[in-house]
Amino acid sequence: MRMRFLLPLGIFLILVVFLGIGLRLDPREVPSPFIGKPAPVFSLPQVADPSQTFGSTNLKGQVSLFNVWASWCVSCREEHPFLMELAKAKLVPIYGLNYKDERDAALGWLQQFGNPYLTSAFDADGRVGINWGVYGVPETFVIDKLGVIRHKQTGPITQQVWMETLFPLIQKLQAEEVGA
Amino acid sequence: MMKRIAFPLLLALTSALPATEIREFQDPAKQATYETLIKDLRCLVCQNQSLADSDADLAKDLRTEVYNIIQEGKNGEEAVKFLTDRYGDFVLYRPPVKPITYLLWLGPFAALLGGGWFLWQQARRRSVGSRADELTAEERQRLERLKAKIEG
Repeated sequence: MRMRFLLPLGIFLILVVFLGIGLRLDPREVPSPFIGKPAPVFSLPQVADPSQTFGSTNLKGQVSLFNVWASWCVSCREEHPFLMELAKAKLVPIYGLNYKDERDAALGWLQQFGNPYLTSAFDADGRVGINWGVYGVPETFVIDKLGVIRHKQTGPITQQVWMETLFPLIQKLQAEEVGA
Repeated sequence: MMKRIAFPLLLALTSALPATEIREFQDPAKQATYETLIKDLRCLVCQNQSLADSDADLAKDLRTEVYNIIQEGKNGEEAVKFLTDRYGDFVLYRPPVKPITYLLWLGPFAALLGGGWFLWQQARRRSVGSRADELTAEERQRLERLKAKIEG
């Protein structure tokens, strides 16, 4: 007899738990198939100097952040002050991928707001972006000493994301011994 | 007269136009492959739209990639692989059957089986319940004996 009341209640509670989990998930967060894989190979002209190139080989040898940005991207502007802080703290080198932008606009943006990047690669047609699975700028990849992508942050890096996820991961990766 | 039908006609025509650019192939088979593909692939920006429907900049770039792959003479599977290699299974409206999607694929059948079992149990309990009112052969014999005792 008691079962008659407990069963619907149980089903209801299970539903509540599932819906609760569903509410907390971010549908914009698409898991990247690149985690644990070597960074896709590319070589592009630099934003500041088109005669120089920047490519995937430059992302080896140290733990680094590879941040995809554009001057037309509103969330990038929101993220920018935090990147400037990070660059000042010199905890990890930050490289940029200037995605589907115009060179003048990109240079103007860096001049106006400051340049947190050691170098930015200029991806005018966005094909390198596609090869990296970029779908919503800003995106940030954490790359280890071997040039392997270890994490991807979609959307702006905030203080919270940095403290909870990125910084602990970067510290762990920096402590990793690279054999052979 | 012309004026009166011209506006509705114009409306009907514009609504039939695709929201996105038109891409043409020499080969009708390639055209068909391309058209089906972009309808079955999901846009990452407007996540409820297919590549064919989406007006997003990225969707346009991805349509170009698919177009080029098909134009090169590669088949649809290679175009799908190009996208899943970069964006994961998320781009597929029909996710592949693998351990992580077992629940998705088999869940409805499991629910159906579970529901069927539950109903069967309920029905059986009910029929058992109605039969419980009847006496077994043994009980009937006992009843007869008792009756005989009282009456006799």
